[in-house]
Order: sequence, then structure tokens, then C-alpha cells
Amino acid sequence: MSKEKKKVTEIPIGPYHPLQEEPEFFRLQVEGEKVVGLEIELGYNHRGIEKLSESKSFDQILFLVERICGICSTSHPFAYVNAVEDLAGFKIPEKAKYIRTIVGEMERIHSHLLWLGLAGHFLGYNTVWMWSWKYREPLLEICEKVFGNRQHYAMMKIGGVRRDIDISKGNLIKKGMEDLLPKLDMLQKAVEDDPVIRARLKIAGTLPKKEAREYCVVGPTARASGINIDIRKDDPYAAYDLVNWDVSLRKEGDVYAKTMVRLEEMRQSAKIIKQCVDKLSGLKGDIDIDIKEIPEGEGIGRHEAPRGEVFHYVKSHGGSVPYRHKVKAPSYANVLSDEFAVIGGTIPDAALTLAAVDPCYCCTERMQATDEKGRKYSPKELIKLSQEKTEEIRKKQAK
Amino acid sequence: MSKVFAKSIWVYHFAASPCNNCDIEILDTLTPKFDAERFGVKLVGSIRHADCMLITGALNSKVLPRLKRILKQAPEPFFVIAIGTCALDLGVFRGSYNVVGPVDKHIKVDVYVPGCPPKPEAMLAGVVKLKEKVLAGEKKKGVKKL
Ligand code: SF4
Repeated sequence: MSKEKKKVTEIPIGPYHPLQEEPEFFRLQVEGEKVVGLEIELGYNHRGIEKLSESKSFDQILFLVERICGICSTSHPFAYVNAVEDLAGFKIPEKAKYIRTIVGEMERIHSHLLWLGLAGHFLGYNTVWMWSWKYREPLLEICEKVFGNRQHYAMMKIGGVRRDIDISKGNLIKKGMEDLLPKLDMLQKAVEDDPVIRARLKIAGTLPKKEAREYCVVGPTARASGINIDIRKDDPYAAYDLVNWDVSLRKEGDVYAKTMVRLEEMRQSAKIIKQCVDKLSGLKGDIDIDIKEIPEGEGIGRHEAPRGEVFHYVKSHGGSVPYRHKVKAPSYANVLSDEFAVIGGTIPDAALTLAAVDPCYCCTERMQATDEKGRKYSPKELIKLSQEKTEEIRKKQAK
Repeated sequence: MSKVFAKSIWVYHFAASPCNNCDIEILDTLTPKFDAERFGVKLVGSIRHADCMLITGALNSKVLPRLKRILKQAPEPFFVIAIGTCALDLGVFRGSYNVVGPVDKHIKVDVYVPGCPPKPEAMLAGVVKLKEKVLAGEKKKGVKKL
């Protein structure tokens, strides 16, 4: 056998695999124990949300986009309201700004705790899983008391928020944050001090800065590779420019760095929330503005979700429904970087690497192009298709 | 048989294009606060080891053939619990071009747990209901032929 014809074994992971919480399909190509390639196939979660949204009124869409993803269930509504407010030029009251920030940050904390737990689970260290989910529970209770539900809180509203946070609720939140901090320290110690975990996390899934840039990764995945991007700082919205906080940054790009970035982010979130609650207690006034209609126009909205930048584009031709609504989720960029990060690692590390970007396939699956027989188009074919179409349009216009 | 069976219902989780939240809440039900394991409920990785399937989500056209295939591997007797508004009646996803649910249009469902997402307590109540059904000796006629 010639050298080029080395045997490559394909290991299918998914779509329904014990390892995964969500249905997705990976084709792992391995030579012995070493991973040499990865193919990702998605589409098991596609629910046609963008199309559905064109048939719903601007207010109803909030509940639809909330159900794009259950873990970061406020990030899509957050970006969506930003987009509609950008479209119409609405200014929201000060109070709503702080409340929105509190909701966004609460969600970041419980989402990161969830990730930490799952990472522990993938490491085969179920104690970390049980612990971090146990400490997540009090936060969800606070969410239920203050926002009305454990997840899917429906706090966002075009032009403001739906529920006020009064002083007693504010104190509840603050107390929750104070209880959380020592537990974060403990979790951090559990990860830092354990030589096995440390060794395991340090070798797995390294994504250097250059490749991170090329794959356009966002959120904690980018910040762990030394790319300083955070929409909350770069393009402040809500109350992020009115409070004091830092972007957490690491250079190494491995799973350990990603873990540390997320742990630090939780601390920063607690800091933001405390400041917001303090400022909120001194504020009077409305929590939303009156809205009569959404004018014609287009707008974009962004939000730094727990996993990175969420982007929404809304175009309106007047009337009660949008003409076009486009959603881009952070995992869309992050998941693809796995293609690079798993190569060269071992099979058990691949599972961890795939989980390390905190993928959310429910968010990601906006569309997939297939031909009549259901065969997927490759990226190259898609580019070719797009060029052909452009050429066609050009010819038509020239006539 | 049914008495022993009701004491250790092993569940398999099938995500049929949900929004993830129901799935997270299912896992939540297993963690220390709700601790479903005290009812003998255990999450297993393969349907071949399971007595019951927890199905979430609105069931899209790509998932349906996989669901059929997986159900063929299920041992008998086998029960299905549908979790969440999506699985029950599609919820906000009604009218989408890619959604072919609700779940009970295609398979037989034994227990319904409504809510978006249902609280972990509701899921526990669903499992308890299934236990009652089993103890009452309800015969399983097998999943509806696909
Ligand atoms: S019922 Fe609600 S929470 Fe559950 S998967 Fe469907 S949209 Fe998500």
C-alpha cells in the first residue's frame, strides 16, 4: 500500500448519540487514535424560524425568537428589540436599560454554569456537573421569582421591558450574587487544582489567535484565543456603558483558557448586576414607552450572548409584520472552528473540544441548501450557485 | 413484573428539534435538587437499554425518519412521554414549513407533560403518572406502527 493511501477510519458521532444533548452529526476521520478530519452535518433542529417570523406581528416575534434557543433565551429577544428600536429610532427609558442588562447578565451566569457542568460531564468528571448545576439552581429560582419563569422569561419588549424590578426583588438578586461568588471560587479551585483536569484541558482543542481570526469566532471562544471582542464594550447598548466592568481575556486558546474566561466572566456579570441593581433603586419613571406603529425601514441589533455575538436584521415595509427577519447566532461561527481545533488530537479529546465552544445547534440551524434529491451542497457548490445567480440577474438587468 | 418495572424506569432522551430548554430541564431534573434518581429513573445513552422515551420538540422532517428508525430498536414494553408544548401541539412553531409534528401524530404517547418549558416538578409528576399507569397494569400495545 502506498503512503498516500493510508487507511482513514470514519467514526460517526450522532445524530442521536449518548454523548450529545442535541441532535447533530459529526463524521470524525481518524488514523489510529489521531483525528485527521471532521465533517459537520446539521439540520436536525431547523424549524424555519425566519420564515415563520414573517407571518407574525412584531410583538409576537419576541416569543418566537425567544424559542430559538432555550439556554440563552433572552439573547435573541435582546438582539431583536435592539434591531427594531434601531429601525424605528426608539429611545428606551433609563430604567428599562438597567433591567435589560440585569436579565442579560443573569442569563450569562446560568448559561456559563451550565456549560461548566457539561464540560465536567464530557471530561468524565460528573461531580463538577452536579455541583455546578446545583449552584445554578438558586439562580433559576431568582429568575422565577423576579422574571416570572425559570427560563423563557419574556422580559423584553419593543420599547422597554415587561416587568419592573423593585427594591425587594433587587435585594433578592443581590443576595443571590453574593451567595454565588464563593461557589465560583470553589469551582475554579476544583478546575485549577486538580492536576488531571488541568492536564486534560490544557492539551485539548487549541485554537491559536490567527486561526481564530480566520474562522471569525466570537464570544468566549475568541476571547480565550486573545481576540479582544465584546459587543458590550465595542458597541455599547442597554446599560453596559453606564457600569464598570472588564472584558476577560486569555491568550492560550485551549479548553483551559476557555474555562477560565467563562469563570471570570461570571464574576464580571455578578459585578455588573450588583451595580445595576444599585442604580435601579434610585431611579423613577416608566419601564417602557408607548408604541403606535413600526415605520418603514431596516435596522440591525446585536447582543453579546453567553456564546458570543447574536445579530438580528429586521426590514419593515410598514404594517404589523416584518418583511424580512434575519438571525445570525454565535455558534454559527464557533462550531466551524472545531474543524481546525480537533485535528491532531485524540478521539476522547475531540468530544471535549466539540463541547468547548459551547455549541448551541438550536441557534445555529437557520438554513441548509439541498438539491431535489436531498443532497447537501458543499460550500464550493454554494459559491458557484450564488455566482451563477448573480450573473443571471446581471444579464436580466442589462437587457 | 409491573411492580418491579415501575421501580426502575430507565429513560432515553430524544430531542426532536426542540429549542433545547426542555432538554436542559430534563437534565435539571436529574441533578441534586430534584434528584429524579430517587424514583429509580435513570438516563441512559441508548434506546436499547431504556424503558421509556422522553421526547421533546416539534419534530421536523429531517428528524422523523430517524425517530422511526430509533423506535424500531426499542425493547418491549416501551413507553413514551412527550415533554413540552412543542411536542404536544407545536406551540410557536405551528405553521412552519419544516415541522411535521406534533409527536402523537406519528407515535403513540402515554403521558403528556405540558409547559414551555415544563418545570422539573411537572416532569417528575409525569414520571409518577407513568408509574401509576404501569402499576395499574395497563398493557402496552406497542408503539403505533409507522
Ligand atoms: S416546549 Fe417550549 S421550552 Fe420546550 S422545546 Fe418547545 S419551545 Fe422549547
